[in-house]
Amino acid sequence: MDFRDTPSEAAFRDEVRGWFSEHLVGDFAALGGRGGPADEEGWDVRIEWERLLGADRWVGMSWPAEYGGRALDYAQQVIFNEEYARANAPGRISFFGEGLFAPTLIQFGTDEQKRRFLPKIQSVEELWCQGFSEPNAGSDLANVQTRAVLDGDEWVINGQKVWTTLAHRADWCFVVTRTDPESKSHHGLSYLLVPMHQPGIEVRPLRQMTGSAEFNEVFFTDARTARENVLGPVGEGWKVAMATLGFERGTAFLSQQLGFQRELTDLIEVAQKNGATADPVVRDKLAGHYAGVQIMKYNGMRMLTNLLHTGVLGPESSIGKLYWTNWHRSLGETAMDVLGTDALLVEHEGDGDYHLDDLHQTFMASRAETIYAGSSEIQRNIIGERVLGLPREPR
Amino acid sequence: MNFAFSEEQEELRRTVRQFLESKSPSGEVRRLMDTTEGYDPAVWKQMGQELGLQGLHIPEEYGGQGYTFIELGIVLEEMGRVLLCAPYFASVVLAGNAILNAGTDAQKQALLPGIASGDTIAALAFTEPSGKWGADGITLTAKESGGAWTIDGEKMFVIDGHNADLLVVVARTQGTSGTDGISFFTVRGDAEGVTRTPLSTMDQTRKQSRVEFSGVAAEPLGTPGEGWPALSKTLDQAAVALSNEMVGGAQFVLDQSVEYAKVRVQFGRPIGSFQAIKHKCADMLLEVESGKSAAYYAAWAAAEDNDELPVVASLAKAYISEAYFHATAENIQIHGGIGFTWEHDAHLYFKRAKSSEIFLGDATYHRELLAQRIGI
Ligand SMILES: Cc1cc2nc3c(=O)[nH]c(=O)nc-3n(C[C@H](O)[C@H](O)[C@H](O)COP(=O)(O)OP(=O)(O)OC[C@H]3O[C@@H](n4cnc5c(N)ncnc54)[C@H](O)[C@@H]3O)c2cc1C
Repeated sequence: MDFRDTPSEAAFRDEVRGWFSEHLVGDFAALGGRGGPADEEGWDVRIEWERLLGADRWVGMSWPAEYGGRALDYAQQVIFNEEYARANAPGRISFFGEGLFAPTLIQFGTDEQKRRFLPKIQSVEELWCQGFSEPNAGSDLANVQTRAVLDGDEWVINGQKVWTTLAHRADWCFVVTRTDPESKSHHGLSYLLVPMHQPGIEVRPLRQMTGSAEFNEVFFTDARTARENVLGPVGEGWKVAMATLGFERGTAFLSQQLGFQRELTDLIEVAQKNGATADPVVRDKLAGHYAGVQIMKYNGMRMLTNLLHTGVLGPESSIGKLYWTNWHRSLGETAMDVLGTDALLVEHEGDGDYHLDDLHQTFMASRAETIYAGSSEIQRNIIGERVLGLPREPR
Repeated sequence: MNFAFSEEQEELRRTVRQFLESKSPSGEVRRLMDTTEGYDPAVWKQMGQELGLQGLHIPEEYGGQGYTFIELGIVLEEMGRVLLCAPYFASVVLAGNAILNAGTDAQKQALLPGIASGDTIAALAFTEPSGKWGADGITLTAKESGGAWTIDGEKMFVIDGHNADLLVVVARTQGTSGTDGISFFTVRGDAEGVTRTPLSTMDQTRKQSRVEFSGVAAEPLGTPGEGWPALSKTLDQAAVALSNEMVGGAQFVLDQSVEYAKVRVQFGRPIGSFQAIKHKCADMLLEVESGKSAAYYAAWAAAEDNDELPVVASLAKAYISEAYFHATAENIQIHGGIGFTWEHDAHLYFKRAKSSEIFLGDATYHRELLAQRIGI
């Protein structure tokens, strides 16, 4: 047991810090850590920043060198992300492309597909979105009804996706479709890669409770994609989709802890300024969140150690998702307690405008976290069945 | 970065688990909890002579084995798992660390080898009838006259006080308040003027007593009046140790719940297939695993003796106190009627969890301490 960096980890950390102190300046530094999957704050600045990251191969840092990556191991990725949070760099925007699609592509794609798509993810020339959920396929993703049929050298797609984050910004979408019309449940699905800019696709924004519209409905009406744009074998899209979900629920959280720590530090500062820290109930809650975010770090270190030793992240990573989403949600609630009557007001710039400061953003955006990427209820099912070995529900 | 036990540490865990499974099965726990002493001297002796457990973390120069708080944590976790009835926490953790923190080198040379071998059972008398865990709870007075000290007052909730050959007593010098004047003394358990009364404890697996001191001649341990830093550190170390002990019990009741949920059938299906039960187990797992992360990290900080110790001690004690109690409460619920019987062990863990939660300060107390320690 030793929590210090090894000499090579320390050297890598220095390199990363050096990179940030050189590049995180001007508008990039001014934006702070704002922005995320449900927050489009500072979009243009963030695109530029992401391109800077890509140019130095920090986008795709885990990819094999032959595809332009740095082939960093998990420990190095965590160090990079820790330093990223420490530097308070802008919120990432390539989550769907770099975080979800790229690792799935590396696992299932042909060499040609990898050479076609990875470089443009790294250069931030092509953004991706995730076309999984449908009106009747949420937690029960296997109930997907969007259909695709081959027409010569092209797939023709019809159906509807929903809650598609950043579909209005994306150039491509990875879409779970039903390619065998006779099939049911998780059989007969295929994982198609579909260009977004075409007449057969209509994107309609859905306004979220935060007031902004990061997610959308996406309608496919004879939308088309080339025959070779299927990832993994036709009819075996379920396996590929599950891998994507594994990446979504798996390692992502390992690096979030410092960002959460910062949010808590900021909240404590607000509480000290407005006098809320004189209230013993608020003190109790803040200290509880502190304990919680530290334990999140310790949990992450244990999982990372395990990952480094075994190379795989087991179903216990479900604990991580359940843990951080609950922690963050209750932090958001405490933030409102700290604000007191100030919680009653949001920023307002004119009729119909509804704009959130950071604390209200945490309070509201955190409600989505226990829903997406496998709701808390689904996570508890997974923990119960796959980790503890409890019997499944009869179906 | 490496957050895993070494092979040698895992081996220690296996050895201790094997030993405790044979020496402290539920039947033994129940036999001992009905006695006043509450432990088996023969097993205590074996723990010392065969496994060297009492001296595990005591430095070699004082007769111990020179391991660290990490190994101590492993042993305590295993003890918590089986609710071992023994004066280990009192003698090794509370009194042993108090002597290590407060004593002079000569005093450590004189007192620790007996504790390390198990020949001496020691106890730390610090809490008083007020039930306060901080410095202001210490009112028992120490008076000096011609270089000789006498102590007067009453201590409560003294774990294994009536079993102790050696009492380490926390007192205050006359006319002081707060953290000033805190002093350690040692007194033989059967010294003139000491009255020890075993108490009826809610948790029968860990014995406590009232100890009254009336004009008792006492030997200073360290410098009288300057004991607060040593006491504060002893309490932090004890909170870490207790946290490790608690996660052992918490894992045990989780296993018990899951096991039962797989085999108990109602409405034609195992109750563990109902989400109401399954989700309880999932939440228990999350809390037990998180508790382990906190306890192990805190043990590391105690082993390193670094400045993180006060913060992580309170953090771990706060989180794990609640997690352990929650797990034992859910365990009763998941077992239904049988969980409410005297015969089933669920109540033993439930009672141990609640008294461990309160002992050394409950979760609310430690969160306030934590708030202060991180500058809120
Ligand atoms: C901000 C946000 C962004 C999103 N972005 C995307 C995206 O980019 N791409 C995409 O494909 N999807 C996205 N989603 C969709 C998300 O994956 C789904 O919302 C999620 O899978 C839940 O599906 P649902 O909304 O249909 O709810 P439902 O599945 O209908 O769930 C409703 C409630 O029932 C519970 N429930 C359902 N099944 C069970 C069960 N078996 N046992 C116990 N309880 C159950 C759920 O936990 C929930 O509480 C996003 C969602 C949000 C909120």
